[in-house]
Amino acid sequence: MKRSGWRLPLRFGVLGYLALLVVLPVSTVFYRAFEHGLGAAWHAFSAPDALHALWLTLLVAAIAVPLNTLFGVGVSLILARHRFPGAWLLDALVDIPLAVSPVVIGLALILVYGKTGWFGNWLAARGITLIFSLPGIIMASAAVSLPYVVREVLPVLREIGTEQEQAARTLGAGPFTVFRRITLPNIRRGLAYGVTLTTARVLGEFGAVAVVSGAIAGKTQTLTLFISDSIDNLDPQSAYVGAVALCLAALLVLTILTVTDRRRDEWHSKAAL
Amino acid sequence: MSIHVQSISKRFGDAVAVDDVSLEVESGSLTALLGPSGGGKSTLLRIIAGLDAPDTGTVRIEGEDLTATPARHRGVGFCFQHYAPFRHLTVRRNVAFGLEVRRRPKAEINARVDELLELVGLAHLGGRYPSQLSGGQRQRMALARALAIEPKVLLLDEPFGALDAQVRTQLRQWLRDLHDTLQVTTVLVTHDQEEAMEVADRLAVINHGRLEQVGTPADMYDHPANEFVLTFLGPATRLRGEWVRPHDLVVHRVEDGKPSAGAAEGTVTRVTRLGFEVRVDVALAAGGDCWVQLSRGSAAELGVAAGQRVWVARAETAAPASPAVPILSA
Repeated sequence: MKRSGWRLPLRFGVLGYLALLVVLPVSTVFYRAFEHGLGAAWHAFSAPDALHALWLTLLVAAIAVPLNTLFGVGVSLILARHRFPGAWLLDALVDIPLAVSPVVIGLALILVYGKTGWFGNWLAARGITLIFSLPGIIMASAAVSLPYVVREVLPVLREIGTEQEQAARTLGAGPFTVFRRITLPNIRRGLAYGVTLTTARVLGEFGAVAVVSGAIAGKTQTLTLFISDSIDNLDPQSAYVGAVALCLAALLVLTILTVTDRRRDEWHSKAAL
Repeated sequence: MSIHVQSISKRFGDAVAVDDVSLEVESGSLTALLGPSGGGKSTLLRIIAGLDAPDTGTVRIEGEDLTATPARHRGVGFCFQHYAPFRHLTVRRNVAFGLEVRRRPKAEINARVDELLELVGLAHLGGRYPSQLSGGQRQRMALARALAIEPKVLLLDEPFGALDAQVRTQLRQWLRDLHDTLQVTTVLVTHDQEEAMEVADRLAVINHGRLEQVGTPADMYDHPANEFVLTFLGPATRLRGEWVRPHDLVVHRVEDGKPSAGAAEGTVTRVTRLGFEVRVDVALAAGGDCWVQLSRGSAAELGVAAGQRVWVARAETAAPASPAVPILSA
């Protein structure tokens, strides 16, 4: 009976916290975006710089997320399936982007790959520009979203162990077949979640991208940079519309992954019957 | 088909798992690798399967040296202690896996899977997932999966270890029958001597990574090569410094006189009834203890009770003491 005294305040506390921090601000952005009608919103959205920012953001995600997915699964397999000296170091290195501020990561990329950086001359001599262009933005986005796939997949790999894979080997399966038909289906849920987090991080990244991109409107400006720029230029309508576009992009990704996951859930509940 | 391992050794760091083991497994036999947990039997089995590589020695199956051949090309059926079911696949797809990997035609796979599910009694459960099966059913699914590839030899790691006692007894008999039907050379690993003696037609006792003795269960029970094999394969006690099975001893009332030259005098310290048998502990007058296993009938006939003075002697029907077993002073 003592519990029921706590339950209501707890529930309202949690909901209130969520409302104050997430629901209210986000819905205000949506409200403001459409405050002057759909026409005004559309007008702001269809501006070349806004469309380019959206396109660039999606392009960066489309490249950085698959890269980090491959890398994340690879590192997880190495850490879970092999013993080698320095494994702990690799494990720790993967987490650096979580611990270090994105601005620092962006700065570090400039120091190494920028015009005056270590490889600056070498790259310039070959006509390759990384910083203040698309490759730099992709590198920064990939760097900050590095740990998510590893942190979701590695525990699953450790938990399922190696016996299923060994059994598949004795049944005649080669390494690739074992991975595709045994390992991958087993880690799929964790992988889906890791990819979701990676995508959300890449779409929303600001600090690192701000440092390496130069934020040139219509060229190297992602959506987050576009929003910030619009606020600076006293163009709130564009900022709101940009924010809504960013939210919708993230929502779309989340929906796709949830639906895939739900299908998996059905499979799991069937399995548990 | 026969298996021939020659001078196999395997270390994990400082620990010696298998120490210079040579063993021949006859074609069509059912051999049990028997020994205490952590004795290296599972490692030896995994080496035969190609799941672990030996540090030294060779593995031959049907005369062919497979030491360097990867597991997937050995054509060996392996069942893991916890069955390692593919959790995301149905029972049918589990069994079909080895055939699908070999890209056999669909019709052939279906026919073969039907046949195997029938053989292991899971024909009605083909559409289920492993999580929906009982332990015994999972075990049989794992067997069907291993048999699907028509393995040259079948290797079973603690096949009954994860099952409860009743299912275990049923499956033992079932496995024995299955082996008699299929005649596929089978090696199983177990730490349970009773299980090994019931199921296998040959035993290989392994302890601390070393092969202690190989032979038929009856032969090894009666003529163990050393003290370890003797004590591991069944109950043993010592009378006048000689190892003997407690059911090979008899008790006489002291007032009936010394029954034989080898008899020893003592006092009954405890009488314990264990179902149909009675365990009689005796403190010997010459020092040391021994225990005698009597049937309920003969215990009642003698009226043994704690405190009673008795003669303990070898029964006339007892197997002669094995000359191979060192005689130790009590």
